[in-house]
Amino acid sequence: MPASASPAPRPAPGPAADEGLARRLRALACTAPLHDLDTRKANLAGEYARYAMAEVALAAIDLVTLAMDFDTGAEQEQVIARLLPRIAAQAPGRPVAEHRRVARWVVDNLINVGSVDRGFRAVYGTFGADGEYTRRDYDFKLIEEVQGPGGAVYLRTTDEAVNVLVGALDTDVTSAQIAAEVKLEVLVNRGRLADAQLAAEQARYRTVQYAETLRRTLDSTRRDVRAVDWLHTVPDMVDEALDHIADRYRHENAILTHIRHARDEAVDSEHKLRAAELVDIVRDCIRRHTQLQSRLLEAGPLFRAEQDRQAFAAPAARAGVDLYGQLLAPLLPTPVAGATRVTDAWFARGTGPRPPGAVRLTDLVEQLLTPPAPREHLGAELPEPDLVATPDDSRFSEAQLESATELLRLPPDAPRRLSGLLADARARDPELPHLIALLAAHAASPPVGTAYRQGERRLLFAVDDGTPLTDPDFGGADLVVGTALLDAAGMAAARTEETR
Amino acid sequence: MTIPPATTAPTPQGPPAAAPLTPADAADAARLVSFGLQPKLPPARDADYAALLRRYQEEPPFARVADAVAGGLGLVVLEVSPRAGMAVAAAEDSVFAVRMGEYARRTTAETTDRFLHGLAHLAVAALAFPRPADLADDDYLGRITVNGVESFVRHACERLAERAAERGENTDPASEEPGLEAAWRVYARRSATGATKDARRLAGSTTGIVGKAVAFLADSGFLHRVGDEQGGTYRTTPRYQLQVRELATTAALTELTELGLVPVSDGTGTLLPGDPDATDLADGAGLPFHR
Repeated sequence: MPASASPAPRPAPGPAADEGLARRLRALACTAPLHDLDTRKANLAGEYARYAMAEVALAAIDLVTLAMDFDTGAEQEQVIARLLPRIAAQAPGRPVAEHRRVARWVVDNLINVGSVDRGFRAVYGTFGADGEYTRRDYDFKLIEEVQGPGGAVYLRTTDEAVNVLVGALDTDVTSAQIAAEVKLEVLVNRGRLADAQLAAEQARYRTVQYAETLRRTLDSTRRDVRAVDWLHTVPDMVDEALDHIADRYRHENAILTHIRHARDEAVDSEHKLRAAELVDIVRDCIRRHTQLQSRLLEAGPLFRAEQDRQAFAAPAARAGVDLYGQLLAPLLPTPVAGATRVTDAWFARGTGPRPPGAVRLTDLVEQLLTPPAPREHLGAELPEPDLVATPDDSRFSEAQLESATELLRLPPDAPRRLSGLLADARARDPELPHLIALLAAHAASPPVGTAYRQGERRLLFAVDDGTPLTDPDFGGADLVVGTALLDAAGMAAARTEETR
Repeated sequence: MTIPPATTAPTPQGPPAAAPLTPADAADAARLVSFGLQPKLPPARDADYAALLRRYQEEPPFARVADAVAGGLGLVVLEVSPRAGMAVAAAEDSVFAVRMGEYARRTTAETTDRFLHGLAHLAVAALAFPRPADLADDDYLGRITVNGVESFVRHACERLAERAAERGENTDPASEEPGLEAAWRVYARRSATGATKDARRLAGSTTGIVGKAVAFLADSGFLHRVGDEQGGTYRTTPRYQLQVRELATTAALTELTELGLVPVSDGTGTLLPGDPDATDLADGAGLPFHR
């Protein structure tokens, strides 16, 4: 029987083909959480069918990716604030609180807050070299939370998410960027700006990814110089990246000139708008390149400084155990079941003695029967400080200020004349007109900068339209006093844009 | 002036060994051991403690009694010196030993959590004494930060992931056998940090786990908090060095050898010093991360 020796016919051609399949299955798995959002929205209490959750999720990943820089990621609140316009557009009739809830739900689900790993798991099967079918777990994250410099938690997109988003699965960073930019140039030349914008955005994601690689290298250098191959790999990478940046500068400046031209020449208003957007994107690309370049130039000095700091140590007096090399490093690649035995042994012998609590029954009874002493939330009593009251020399009292503020709380659509305000004030309190006049004069040069920095919602202003003021006590111009409403969310967004 | 050659030592003064030990001496010995059980109390801060330590060093019979008291309580004496005080450690199965299940409740049910908590302790020591010489040098004070330890381990895991990818390995574990998953994957999978409702550290995140380990060690008098930067900055105490050097390392290495994992001669473990690939490393390189 010649066939008896050969194994059963295999449904898949072999491990090599299986590997490609596994890669694609993993790529497919990364999109699953997005589909899942639309499936699960039915389970939410309320009417959420109108919202396109996958769309919101992709937009969120976009926002986080673009906010990623060398040091931090995106603030969750800011991502949610920026998602709101899109969500509001999907269901304009619904309350803002619901929009906010949807945004938070989507972001939380992309982090997968409920799970202990804060990630996702997909199961797929492969055939091993011996023809045996094994089910495997693939764990991945889309948005992860990282520690920022101030101890705050920031969001970053993972490589998986960037790959899903960009749609270029399993590709090399450098080549993908070149491809994207060549495509852009062609598109611009042919005048297909909509596609060009897409390509430019892709190029920007690639740039971010590139910067991220460098950031990690520098980070590990700071931790340990030997972690990174500074003999060949990093210098090669730095050289390559610098060449690359020089190349991109040329490219992007060419593109910029092209599009500016297209923008100025275009007659179609939508065309013009698109070209203008594209100019912004390419400018941002150039900005990111500049940032990358300055980091690249710092890389060499950083390495030398760290080498001095880390490698300059006295020679070993006697041999000890190399905790990392002999324990931790061999431990990490082993199966977790065996590794746990080692870590258990370490824990058992590596922790100090803990005296166990010994309880006497009499003490216990007494303690249980003692009424609880009132807890002193405020700590020990402070000695009464010896204070001398400072005389109140304010020109106006608090009540007067309150009254004046109330008078000046004008509806945004109905500005008033100063003369009218003064008359009203005089009816309330003979002192009040003075305060009103002062406040109005102050409002003639409103503190716009402060309001902008502090994110105020409304601002009092006064304008002189040339009418003279006729008043027994005050002279000058009869100002028009009004309230301006400010776009607080827009300003907040602009502020972070500046600080970045 | 040299010692007079002919005269014999005056017997009445004599070594205190001659004097029989009284119950009061046993009480003193027990008191010394109880000082040793307060690891956060430095000998220099308590005159009684310092006096008892001196007595331990000067009177061998007293020292023997103190050792016996410690041994009877299930304690191992690591060192008795003005520097470390009466450094005692819990013997195996002693009432003073800390059980993993008491340390973190989740670890009883979740094997991955059990591993992560143990690994955190190991990683703290590995970073506190990065070079073999640091562990051997009595004067060495290690300095660690919570975030530093976390990113150090994460980096090692990332490196392993990269290597596996270079070799084209599929490291995704079989669903039916979670115990066969490579240890680094368990760590890499767990998120580093996370937002919580009350702005505390997420206990299940790796930063939270390392933070717990460090706080516990600080509470055991093994680490000393020096600042709040980087999630908490700590320096090591002589006791920690002793515990790691004398007990923990040996115990863990024994287990590792039983797993067949300390290849001394064939050098298959590429991260071991002495490996052919490691020749370009500086002498005593403690952190052999390299390709």
